[in-house]
Amino acid sequence: MTHLDLSPRIDDPDRLYAALVEAHEGLDEAASLRLQARIILLLANHIGSTATVCAAIDEARRFG
Amino acid sequence: MPSTYAQPHYAYRPSPQAEATHPVVVVGAGLVGLTVALDLAQRGIDVVVLDDDDTVSFGSRAICFAKRTLEIFSRLGLGEAMLAKGVQWNTGRVFAGVREIWHFDLQPEPGHAHPAFVNLQQYYVEEWLVAACEATGRVDIRWKHRVSAIDPREDGAVLSVDTPDGAVTLQAGWLLACDGARSFIRESLGLPFVGQVFRDRFLIADVVMQAPFPPERWFWFDPPFHPGGSVLLHRQADDVWRIDFQLGWDADPEAEKQPERVRARVQAMLDMAVAPGIAFELEWVSVYTFRCRRLERFRHDRVIFLGDAAHQVSPFGARGGNGGVQDADNLAWKLAAVLRGEAPEALIDSYDAERIPAADENISHSTRSTDFITPKTKAAHAIRDAVLDLAARHAFARPLVNSGRLSRPAVLTGSPLSTQDDWDGGVPPGAPAQDAPVQRDGAPDWLLAHLGGDFTLLAFDPPAAIEGAVVVSSNPAPGAFWDSEGQAFARYAAGPGSVVLIRPDQHVAARFRAYDPEAVAAARSRALGA
Repeated sequence: MTHLDLSPRIDDPDRLYAALVEAHEGLDEAASLRLQARIILLLANHIGSTATVCAAIDEARRFG
Repeated sequence: MPSTYAQPHYAYRPSPQAEATHPVVVVGAGLVGLTVALDLAQRGIDVVVLDDDDTVSFGSRAICFAKRTLEIFSRLGLGEAMLAKGVQWNTGRVFAGVREIWHFDLQPEPGHAHPAFVNLQQYYVEEWLVAACEATGRVDIRWKHRVSAIDPREDGAVLSVDTPDGAVTLQAGWLLACDGARSFIRESLGLPFVGQVFRDRFLIADVVMQAPFPPERWFWFDPPFHPGGSVLLHRQADDVWRIDFQLGWDADPEAEKQPERVRARVQAMLDMAVAPGIAFELEWVSVYTFRCRRLERFRHDRVIFLGDAAHQVSPFGARGGNGGVQDADNLAWKLAAVLRGEAPEALIDSYDAERIPAADENISHSTRSTDFITPKTKAAHAIRDAVLDLAARHAFARPLVNSGRLSRPAVLTGSPLSTQDDWDGGVPPGAPAQDAPVQRDGAPDWLLAHLGGDFTLLAFDPPAAIEGAVVVSSNPAPGAFWDSEGQAFARYAAGPGSVVLIRPDQHVAARFRAYDPEAVAAARSRALGA
């Protein structure tokens, strides 16, 4: 599955946003980066497709 | 100085002032130069080898000899000595801190004559290669001969060589540059050697100790005895142990080499990782940085580059020495066939076609391992540490841990010498032949020992006799190799009547479901560059 689904799919957007931000509370920059990386890796494994994750990386990098 | 090894010093013999052109001159009597010289000599070619020193490698250097290299050395007659002297291992363990997070078995299935790896100091292998070269009567190793200039020509090269008796001139029909990462030949020809430099330094310490420790590869990320860095431990012959410490770019190489400093590092590590207070002696110390790079082409008319002179990798994955030996294995039979007039000179171009992709594969693996061990940015560091965090708890993250992807034989996919087919599975054209346990006339044997040297036709249960073929039978038959465990048929995906054409370097050239003399002859001719 290489298709990256960009249609609105998040079931509880406000809660998701808050959770992403709150996860970093009390962490310095290095710890935050490491946490962020753990989250990405967990989600990447859940998705299970390197091609899909690469499509997400490409899309994310379009914003400079 | 090493206490476990007496460095041999070979006699310098003066070169004659005027000589005829030598068919092949090898520059560099190191691992790769000696291997290609021996292989050529065993194929009936006279070889002159020039070396600026009078001895084998100083220090243990390339210690991990992979299965494919052992198979090549077995073909050349050194395999048994390497298996007898070396430390055989198949398992690697990776630790984050002191906790084991991942281990791998490099040879999970039985039925191979050689283990995944043998650890052995490079100087032993070079010493045996020198003796084997001399035993052929065809290799003239000239010690204390330093090449000072090269004049490449259409039909060979003219070399100016400094010797203890002054300068001499040598003419070579073919020049094989095996003169290492700082190749003088490469620099003289002004050939760009491009790639990546890694901003990191590593300390190698070879120590002698009696340790109750398994013959495995152990790799630590951020252990308490070396916080923030990585450490690698390998066992070699003679109770010598290789320990690599990652020092970081800012380390002072001279200060780090001071014996007291090294001793303190090693003691701290051994106390925690092996046994408290264990005694050891320092054998050899070196501090190195590394690069991953290669020449754009390895063949430049009659000058051909092999090993580190052609391509350089980081040590993680043991791809330097093993890659170089495969270069020698690939080139020797081709050059011998050209020199004997059995193949057109164009066959030599297939060395580039086959070994450049192999070098790229080694460089890619080595670069990825290095990027994991030495992250370049804060973000890369965070991703690496996140992988280690997760790997301790979750199986899914363990395959991402990269402490070195260990050398695998090159599968020469897309080689112009291969005849393509539509088989499903088995050993595809370009891949090295697979070993299998067999029995001949009641005696246990290994299939691979009977392949290579020259072109070999491997025939599975042939319905009629094929002259010169190596026959694998599913039932005991006189003179045939009985596939007593069914491994040969299975590994080659062969059926009754299948034939496989094996090149002189044991790589598969072509496969057929049934023997057709014309098709086999055409495949052989294609594999000879016709």
